[in-house]
Amino acid sequence: MTQPVQTYDIAVIGAGVIGCAIARRLTLDGARVVVLEKAADILDGASKANSAILHTGFDAPEGSLELACVQEGYREYEALHAQFNLPLDRCGALVLAWSAEQEARLPALMEQARANAVSDVVPLTRTETLALEPNLNPDVRAAFRVPRESLIDPWSAPHAYLLQALLNGGTLKRNCAVSGGSFDGAIWTLDTTKGPLRARHVVNAAGLYGDRIDAALLGQTQFTIRPRKGQFVVFDKMAAGLARHILLPVPTATTKGIVVCRTVWGNLLVGPTAEEQDDRETAGLEAETLRMLHAKGAEILPALAQEEVTSIYAGLRPACEHKDYQIRAHAGRNMVTVGAIRSTGLSSALGTAAHVARLLQGQGHAPAPLSAPQVPRMAMLAEEGARDWQASGNDGMLCHCERVTWREVRAALDDPLAPKTLAGLKRRTRATMGRCQGFYCGQAVQDLLAESTDA
Amino acid sequence: MTAHPETVDALIIGAGPAGLSAATELRRQGGGQVVVLEREATAGGIPRHCLHSPYGLREWKRLMFGPAYAKRLVQEAKGAGVEIRCQTTVTALHPGGEVDVSAPDGPRRIRGRVVLLALGARETPRAARLIGGTKPGGVMNTATLQSFAAFSKHRPFHRPVILGTELVAFSALLTCRTLGARPVAMLEPGPEITARGVFAAAPRALGVPLYRNTRITAIHGRAQVDGITVESNGVQRDIACDGVVVTGGFRPENALLRAAGLALDPGSLGPRIDQYGRLTDPAYFSAGNVLHPIETAGWCWEEGRRVARCMAAALNGALPPRDTAEPLAVDGVTQGDALAYALPQELCAPAPQVPPAFDRVQMRLRQPFSGQVRVAGQSHWIASRPERRITLPLHPTPEAE
Repeated sequence: MTQPVQTYDIAVIGAGVIGCAIARRLTLDGARVVVLEKAADILDGASKANSAILHTGFDAPEGSLELACVQEGYREYEALHAQFNLPLDRCGALVLAWSAEQEARLPALMEQARANAVSDVVPLTRTETLALEPNLNPDVRAAFRVPRESLIDPWSAPHAYLLQALLNGGTLKRNCAVSGGSFDGAIWTLDTTKGPLRARHVVNAAGLYGDRIDAALLGQTQFTIRPRKGQFVVFDKMAAGLARHILLPVPTATTKGIVVCRTVWGNLLVGPTAEEQDDRETAGLEAETLRMLHAKGAEILPALAQEEVTSIYAGLRPACEHKDYQIRAHAGRNMVTVGAIRSTGLSSALGTAAHVARLLQGQGHAPAPLSAPQVPRMAMLAEEGARDWQASGNDGMLCHCERVTWREVRAALDDPLAPKTLAGLKRRTRATMGRCQGFYCGQAVQDLLAESTDA
Repeated sequence: MTAHPETVDALIIGAGPAGLSAATELRRQGGGQVVVLEREATAGGIPRHCLHSPYGLREWKRLMFGPAYAKRLVQEAKGAGVEIRCQTTVTALHPGGEVDVSAPDGPRRIRGRVVLLALGARETPRAARLIGGTKPGGVMNTATLQSFAAFSKHRPFHRPVILGTELVAFSALLTCRTLGARPVAMLEPGPEITARGVFAAAPRALGVPLYRNTRITAIHGRAQVDGITVESNGVQRDIACDGVVVTGGFRPENALLRAAGLALDPGSLGPRIDQYGRLTDPAYFSAGNVLHPIETAGWCWEEGRRVARCMAAALNGALPPRDTAEPLAVDGVTQGDALAYALPQELCAPAPQVPPAFDRVQMRLRQPFSGQVRVAGQSHWIASRPERRITLPLHPTPEAE
C-alpha cells in the first residue's frame, strides 16, 4: 500500500531561535509542524552568535511590535525555564554614563523604560555604581540599574523549544533549503532540496534570507535584509569575577553599543560591533576590531587589560531598512512572514511565536492544544546549576576547561537533535570552547562526532 | 560536618614527565603513600602523542619515541609503588594541600601532606592570537594534531599551513608526515626562526617553503579551511590550504593556581617558587613546564626528581620556613622589559642539609640581549635570544645576608 503524500498543517522555514520557538508553540497548539532548515544544523545563521541576554525591553521603541514580543517572550521564558532546566541568571544591567552628555540622557532613558512598563529602574550615583561594581573604571559618572535584565543560554533555550516540538510530534528536516513554492488556495507545495513538501500554512522564519524566501514564495518582499555584523571577544572564568551586572553603554541611534557581561557559563564577553555588510553567509573576524574590543573592555573594566582573550566570534543580525520587526500575515496566502528580528530574537522568541500563532488563527488555522505535552529536560551547562561533572557516573571529564563530561557529549550525540557538525556539538555541550580551545580534547571530541555521524 | 578528606603523604597533580618522575623519586626517598592524579584516561602526559624522538637520553641513555617513553615513566612509577588515578580532574586547590577532584564516580576532596603541581603547559590557540577570518574546522594546535596521529583514524587535513618556528613547529612538520599530510608552507611572523640552527634546514629538506616576516591576517572557509590570507612586508596574498597548525606560544596551565589565589610570576605566568620548588603556600610544590614554558621532557623529568627530594625533606620537617623567602634580585637586563622571567623567584634562608632543587637560576628573555647582569649578588655576562634557556649558578645565600 502506498502512503498518501503527507500534508503538514504548518511548514516553518528556518530553524533559528525564532523558527524553533514557533515550531514549539504551534505543536503545543495541536498542529502537525515541519521545520525546514537549509543548513546541516539548527541555529546556524543569525542565532549562532549573540550576546546571550534576556532583555526586558526597557530600551525598545515605545509601542513597537518588538517591545510587545520581547516582553511576552520574557514572561514565558521566566515561567518555563525551571521546568526545562534552562538557566536564568537575574544579574541585572547597569546603563553607564561616561560623559556629561551621556549623563544628561539617563533621565530620558529611565523615562522610556517606565513607559515600556519596566518600572523598577533605579538611578545610581557614581559612588553607588562603584559600590555595585568595584572593578569598574572610576571615571564612570552615573548609571541606572535595570534589575530584571538577565543572562540565559542562547543555544540550550532554542534547542529546548525545538526538542519539545519534536517530542510532541513535530518534524525537523535539515539540509532542506526552500527554493520556491505554489499555493493552490488551500495547500502550499514547497520546492525543497529534499523534494516537494505540502503544508496548509507556511511561516517564513528564514532570518538572514527572510526577504528572499518572501520573494520566492510571494513574488515580492516588503523589506530587504542588510546584515549587520557583530564581533565579540570572550575572556576566561577569572575575568567573569570582574563584573556582576550586564554593563551597557548609553545607546546611540543605530546600536545598543558594546556590552560587557558575564555568560551563564562563567566567562566574560565584550561586544558586539555593528558593521553593515552585503554578505549573508560570512561573519569575518578582524584582528584590529578584536583588539579594539579588548581595549574597549579594558576601558570599562581596567583589570581586563591583563586578561588574555580566550575565544573570538562574530555573528550577523538580520537588520533591514525598517526599525521594527517585520511580521506580517499575507492575506489569502496562508502565510506569515517573521522578518528582520534583528537583535532581540533570543529575548522575544517565545513572544514572537505566540504572536505568530495568533496571526495564523486569523488565517483560519484552528488550535487544538495538547492536553499533556512532553517537556524536555535539558542538560545544565550553566555555572549556576548542578553540572554533570559534579554527579557520579559521569564517565570522567572530556573537556577540562569547560568541565564537560564524556557522558554529556555522548548524550548530546544520542539526542533526537544530535549535532552533525563540530560547531553544533560545541553549542550543545561547550566542549572545546574554553581557554585551551581544544588543545587537550579537540581530537577526542572530533572523533566522537565523526563516529556518531558515520553511524 | 563532612568527614575528614582522604589524606596521603604526597599528592602529585599531573602524570607527565615531571609528575611521574617526582612520584617515583618520592617513593624511593621513603615518601610514604604517593598518589598521582591525572585528568586524562592514560598517564604519561604530552609524550604519549609525540610520535618521534628524541626522548629518554637523559633518563635512560636510550633514544626513544614519545609513547614508549611515556609508558616507561608509568612503569617506573608503578614499580616504585606509586598509585596513579586517571580520569581524575582537580577542580580546586585549597590552603594546606587539600584539593577538590572530580572523577567518574563524582566529586570529593583529597589532602596531601605535600602536593606537587605538575600541571604542564599548552600552546596559545588561534583565538588568543586574534587571527581574523572565519572559524572553520582544521585549525588546531600541535598537540591536537599529534593526538590525531597517535590516537585517531581520522585525518584533520591534507595540506595544512604551519604557523610558527619554535621547536614544536618542527614536531608539527614531522607529525604531518606521519599523517600523510603535506604542509604547503611554514610561516614565521618574525625575521628569524625561533628554534636553533639545525632545524632551520628541516623545512627545505622536507620540501616545505618557509616564509619569514609573514603573519596570517585571515583564515577562510566554512566547514573546513579553504585558504588563508597572509601579509608579508605590507603585501597581502592568499595561500590555498585545508588546515592551519598554530604552534608554540606555550603558557602554563595556571587556571587552578589563579583560582586559588596562589602568587604567579607575571613573566612566566607560572607559580612563584623558592629554591626548593615551594609555592607561597608551603604545602604546594611545583615542577615541570608549569614553571617555565617550555623545556624538554628530560628537563622536566630531572626537575621533578629534584623537587621530589625537597618534598621528602618537607615531610621530615627539614625545610626552612617558607616565610623567610626574599625575592631573587636580578639587575642589569636594562633593555626595556627584556627579562621575561627568572626562577626561582624567591630564596629562603637555606637549610644546609637539603640541597635546593633549583641550584641555578633559569632565565628567559623577551628580546635579544647581551651584557652584564647581577643575579643574587653575582655578576654574569650573558648573550642570548628570546625563547632560549639561560642558566646561571645560584649561591644559596640570599644577598641580604
